[in-house]
Amino acid sequence: MKKTFSIGGVHPDDSKIAAGSKIEVLPLPKTVYISMIQHLGAPAKAVVAPGDRVKTGQVIGEPTGFISAYVHSSVTGTVKSVGLRKDLNGIPVVHVEIEVEPDEWMDGIDTSDTLVTDIPEDRQFILDRIKNNGVVGLGGATFPTHVKLCPPPDKKAECLILNGAECEPYLTSDYRIMLEKSEQIVVGAAIMKKVLGVDRTVIGIEENKPEAIAKMKETVSRLQSSAKGYDGIEVMTLKKKYPQGGEKQLIDAVMHRQVKSMGLPIDVGAVVQNVATSLAVYDAVQKNMPLITNTLTVTGNCLPADRQKNYLFRIGYPLSYIAEYNGGVPDAAAKIVSGGPMMGKAISNLDATTQKGSSSLLYLTEEQTARKSESNCIRCGKCAEACPMGLEPFLLNKLARNGMMEELEQNAVQDCIECGCCLYSCPANIPLLDMIRVAKGEVIRAMRARTAPKK
Amino acid sequence: MTSTIIWTIVAVTLLGLLLAVVLYLVAKKFKVEEDPRIDEVEKVMPGANCGGCGFAGCRAFAQACVEAPNLDNNFCPVGGNEVMKKVAAVLGMEVKEKAPMVAVVRCNGTCENRPKTNDYDGYKSCKVKAALYSGDTGCFYGCLGCGDCVAACQFGAISMDPVTGLPVVDEEKCTACGACVKACPKKIIELRNKGPKGRRVFVSCVNMEKGAVARKSCKAACIGCGKCEKECPFGAITVEHNVAYIDFNKCRLCRKCVVVCPTGAIHDVNFPTPPPQPAPKPAAKPAAAASAAAEKPAATSAAEKPAVQEKPVEAAPQAKSAPEVAKTVKPDNKEE
Amino acid sequence: MSKVLVSPSPHIHADISTARIMRDVVIALLPSVAVSILYYGWHSVMLLAVSVITCILVEYLITRFLLKNPCTISDWSAAVTGVLLALNLPPACPWWVAMIGAIFAIGVVKMTFGGLGQNLFNPAIASRVFLLVSFPVAMTNWARPAGFLNVDATSGATLLGTVKEGLAKGDTLSQIFAANDFSYLQTLFINIGGSAGEISAIAILVGFIYLLARKVIRPHITLSIWATVIVFSGIFWLINPDQYTDPLFNLLTGGVLLGSVFMATDYVTSPMSARGGIVFGVGIGLLTMLIRYFGSYPEGVSFAILIMNSVVPLINKAFKQKKYGRA
Repeated sequence: MKKTFSIGGVHPDDSKIAAGSKIEVLPLPKTVYISMIQHLGAPAKAVVAPGDRVKTGQVIGEPTGFISAYVHSSVTGTVKSVGLRKDLNGIPVVHVEIEVEPDEWMDGIDTSDTLVTDIPEDRQFILDRIKNNGVVGLGGATFPTHVKLCPPPDKKAECLILNGAECEPYLTSDYRIMLEKSEQIVVGAAIMKKVLGVDRTVIGIEENKPEAIAKMKETVSRLQSSAKGYDGIEVMTLKKKYPQGGEKQLIDAVMHRQVKSMGLPIDVGAVVQNVATSLAVYDAVQKNMPLITNTLTVTGNCLPADRQKNYLFRIGYPLSYIAEYNGGVPDAAAKIVSGGPMMGKAISNLDATTQKGSSSLLYLTEEQTARKSESNCIRCGKCAEACPMGLEPFLLNKLARNGMMEELEQNAVQDCIECGCCLYSCPANIPLLDMIRVAKGEVIRAMRARTAPKK
Repeated sequence: MTSTIIWTIVAVTLLGLLLAVVLYLVAKKFKVEEDPRIDEVEKVMPGANCGGCGFAGCRAFAQACVEAPNLDNNFCPVGGNEVMKKVAAVLGMEVKEKAPMVAVVRCNGTCENRPKTNDYDGYKSCKVKAALYSGDTGCFYGCLGCGDCVAACQFGAISMDPVTGLPVVDEEKCTACGACVKACPKKIIELRNKGPKGRRVFVSCVNMEKGAVARKSCKAACIGCGKCEKECPFGAITVEHNVAYIDFNKCRLCRKCVVVCPTGAIHDVNFPTPPPQPAPKPAAKPAAAASAAAEKPAATSAAEKPAVQEKPVEAAPQAKSAPEVAKTVKPDNKEE
Repeated sequence: MSKVLVSPSPHIHADISTARIMRDVVIALLPSVAVSILYYGWHSVMLLAVSVITCILVEYLITRFLLKNPCTISDWSAAVTGVLLALNLPPACPWWVAMIGAIFAIGVVKMTFGGLGQNLFNPAIASRVFLLVSFPVAMTNWARPAGFLNVDATSGATLLGTVKEGLAKGDTLSQIFAANDFSYLQTLFINIGGSAGEISAIAILVGFIYLLARKVIRPHITLSIWATVIVFSGIFWLINPDQYTDPLFNLLTGGVLLGSVFMATDYVTSPMSARGGIVFGVGIGLLTMLIRYFGSYPEGVSFAILIMNSVVPLINKAFKQKKYGRA
C-alpha cells in the first residue's frame, strides 16, 4: 500500500504537459533586476551602488536579520540603479538593476560539470557555504535553508525528508531535475543528512512520476555502492494526492507523525527540504556556487505542445523576457500564474523579475480559471472533507466575514496551510480561502502580540 | 389532614425565609458598586455603540468620562460638541469645543483617471485584495473599490459611486466615528475638519511614487512637484515621500494650491465659486481676499450650529467687510 | 491576452457545482420514478408533475417578488424537493394535496429560513409529515390507481400497516405473513403498497450506487441507518420472532431505504462530518424502530429524520472531524 497523508486532500488532474521537455538554458537578457526580498524573513540590504561593476556570483545583498539570506548577482555587468521596482503583485520592492555583459565568474566558484561525491567533514564549513551562497527553500516558502538545518539544541532531528512530490498540477521542474540532475540531488541530500546528523533520509516522490522514481532509486544505490556517507537514503513512492508536498502532510505520509498546531517539523524530529533545494545545497557546498539559477516550467493548456518548456534561468530575468523568448503570451490566456494552479500567485505585472523561488509561468484560460458567482452554502461539508488539516472552512469563512477573532482561533484558523483544497472543492463557488487567509494572518498576529510581552 | 396542611404551610414559610436570607446575603456580598452618574451620562449618549470614541460602546465611554479627571481626552465623534456639553453638564466639568470632522476620501483614481490594468476575480473585499496585490490599476496606493468602508459605516454615510468606482461620503450622515478609516487597508480615508459651511481643501491622493511613475498610473495623482507647498501663504502644505499633505488646522481655504496643482490632485469642496485664477499677478490677491471674506463669516455661523449644514450651492453672505475677517482670523493664529 | 485576471489562489476549480449535484440526485431518483409510473400509471405522472412544477414555481415567485433575490431555480434543488415529495405521497393521493405539500415544502420549510442551505428540516420530509397530520385520510389511502403494468393485488394498506393491525389483534407474525402472501423477493422488486417511491428496493439501491459513484454522498449516514435498523430489530426478533418483525423485513419495507438514501443524506439537514453522520444515522435508525415497534404509527422514518434534523446543529458542534496535529 502506497503511503499518503491521513486527512483530507483532493485529486486535481495532474496536467504535467511539460514533463517530456528537457531543461533548456535561457540566453542572457540585456538587463536583469534582482529583488532584495527573495526569501522569508527580513529583506536583504543592497550593498552595491549605481555605477558599480559586479561579477557573476558576487554578493549584492546582505542579510539583515537571523532569518534572512544573501543575494548574489546572477550576471556580470554594471549596476544601473538600486531602487523600488514593482514585483509580480505590483508591490514596490528594492531591486538592483544590472546591465548585462558577458560572464566573468567570481573567484572560487567551480563552474565545471564534474560530480563531486565526497562530502566535507566539517559541519560548520557546510553550513557557512549554504548560508554564504544564499540558499533558501525552493519548495515555495523560500525559508533560509541554513536556519532550517540548525535546529535548536534541545530538539533532535531524526529524519530528513526530501520533497519530490511535486503535487501541484502542471509543474514539472522538480521532475526534470530529478531525471537530469539526480546525482547532484542525492549528494545534496547526503550533505544535509550529515549536517543534521540523522540516520534516515527519505526522498518522497508521487506515483505519477515513475521515471523519476526509477532514476532516483538507481542513483541512490549507485552512490551507496561507490561512495561513503550515502547510507540510510531511500526513495519512497507516495500515492498521488494534493497537497502531498505540504510539509506537514509529507511528514504525516512518511513518518506517520503529526506536527502540533503552531509547531515546527523539528518538534517531531523531521526536516523537510525540496529536491530543488537539495540541488542548490550541492552547488553551494561542492561547487561554492551561489543560488543564482533555478528551473522554471512554462506551460498551460492554451500553449502549443512545442512551447511547453522547462528552462534553466538565472535569478533576475524579467518574466516578460522569458515569456517573449518562449514565443509570447498566448492569446487565449486570461491569467498568468507564477507557481502551481493551487497555491501559485496570479501575476498582475509581467515586467516583474524571477526570484530564487520562481517555479513556473502557467497560462490559464478564462474558462479554466475565472471564478463562478458565489451561491448559498449547501452545507455539503466537501470543504471540510477536503481540508488536509481537518478544519471546517465553511465555518471559518463565516466567522472571518463577521470578524469573530476569538472563535476563529478556537476553530484553529491558524492551522490553515492555504492549500486551496476548500475553495477548489466548493460546489457553491464560495471563495472560502480568500477570507480565511486574511483572517489567519490577523489571528496569528494577535496570538504573537499576546505572547510577545511575556518573553 | 389539617396537620398536613399546617405543616406544609410552616415548612414552605420557613424555606422561603431561609432562602430570602441567603438571597440577601448573596446580594450584599456580590453587590457591584457603580457610579450612578454612569447611567446619567449614558442617557445623553447617542447610543450608536459605534466605537468611534475608542471605547467598546457608549456605556464604556460613559464610564471612562465619569472616571476621568477632565473631558479633554474623551470625545464622542457621533454626538459632537452638543453631546459633550450635555456630558459636561451631568458631570459638572468643562469641555473644549472641537471642530466638527468628516471622513474624506483621498483618492481620485476614477475609472477615467486611472485605467484598469487587470481584472480582480477574488472575493470582493479590500482587505483580501490588499493582502494579495497592488490592485487592478497601476496605482499601488489608491482606492481598491471593493467597499470595505461602505460595509464598515454604521450610519449609511458611504456609498460607492458606480461611475467613478470610488466611495462617496454623505456629509450629512457622516459622524466622523472613524470606522471607515480603520476599515480602509490603504489608509486613504482621513478624518478632516469639516470646515466652515463644509468647505475644505485637501490633497485627494496618497500615492508615494515618484512623479512620473505616479502620473503614468493615474492622471489625477499627486506628483509631489511641490508647487502647492511654495504657493501656500500659510505654510499649511508639506510634501513628503512624493505626496503633498494639507494641514487642515493651518489651511485658510485660499485655494491658491488648487489653482497651481498641475494634475488637479488638490480638491476644494462646497465652495460656491470656482477657485480664483491667478492669471495677472496683481489681480490675484484681491480675488483671494474676496473669497476669504466670503468664507469667514460662514465659519462663525457654522461653529454656532454645526449640525445644520447648509447646501454648498447657496451663496455665502457677502456683506461682511475685510477688517472683520481679519478679526476672526487672528485668534485662530494664536491658537496655533 | 485580452483580459488579465488576478485572484488569490487556487486558480482552478473542481468540476463540481450545486446544480450538478442536484441534477445527480434527480438522476438517481429516476429508477424509482420509472417504477412508480410503471405501477401507478398516469396518476403518478400527474402527481410528479404537480409537485415539481409547484415547487419550482413557488421558489421562483418567492425569490422574484418576496425576497427580490437572484432567482435560484436553476440550481435544481426545487426540482429535487418536488420529485422527492411526489415519491413520498400515497399513489392515489389527490393532486391538490400534492400541490399544498409542494407549497408548504418550498414556501414554509425552505424559503422562510432563507432558501437553499438555510433550512433546518428536509423540505420533502417536513411536508410529508405536515400532510400526514393535516390530511390523514388522503395520506393513508393506499388504494391503487391503474398502472401500465397490471399487478394483481387487492389489499388497501401498507405491509407495515397490516402487520401493526394484525399484531394489535393478537395474531402472530407468521400468521400475518401467510395471510398476506408476503415474500422478500416481492419487496425487492414490486413492494406494492406504500408511497410511490417505496415500491422497489432495487430501484432505490441503483440510485444509491449512482450517488456514491458520482461522489454526491458519502455512505456513512445511509449505512449507519441500515446497520442500526438491522441490529435493533435483530435483537428484538431473536427475543420474540412472533411479536417483532425481522431485520430484513424492516430494512426492505416502508420508507427506510428511500429515507436513508435520499432524505437523510440531504446535505443541508445532515451533519457535516463523517463521524457526525454516523451518530445522525444511528439516531434515525433507533427512532424509526422505536416508532415501528412501540409507536402508534406503523411507519416512523419521516418522524425519525425530522427529529434528527433538529439536532443536527448540536451534532455538528459535538462531532467535529479530527484535526491535524491536535490529538
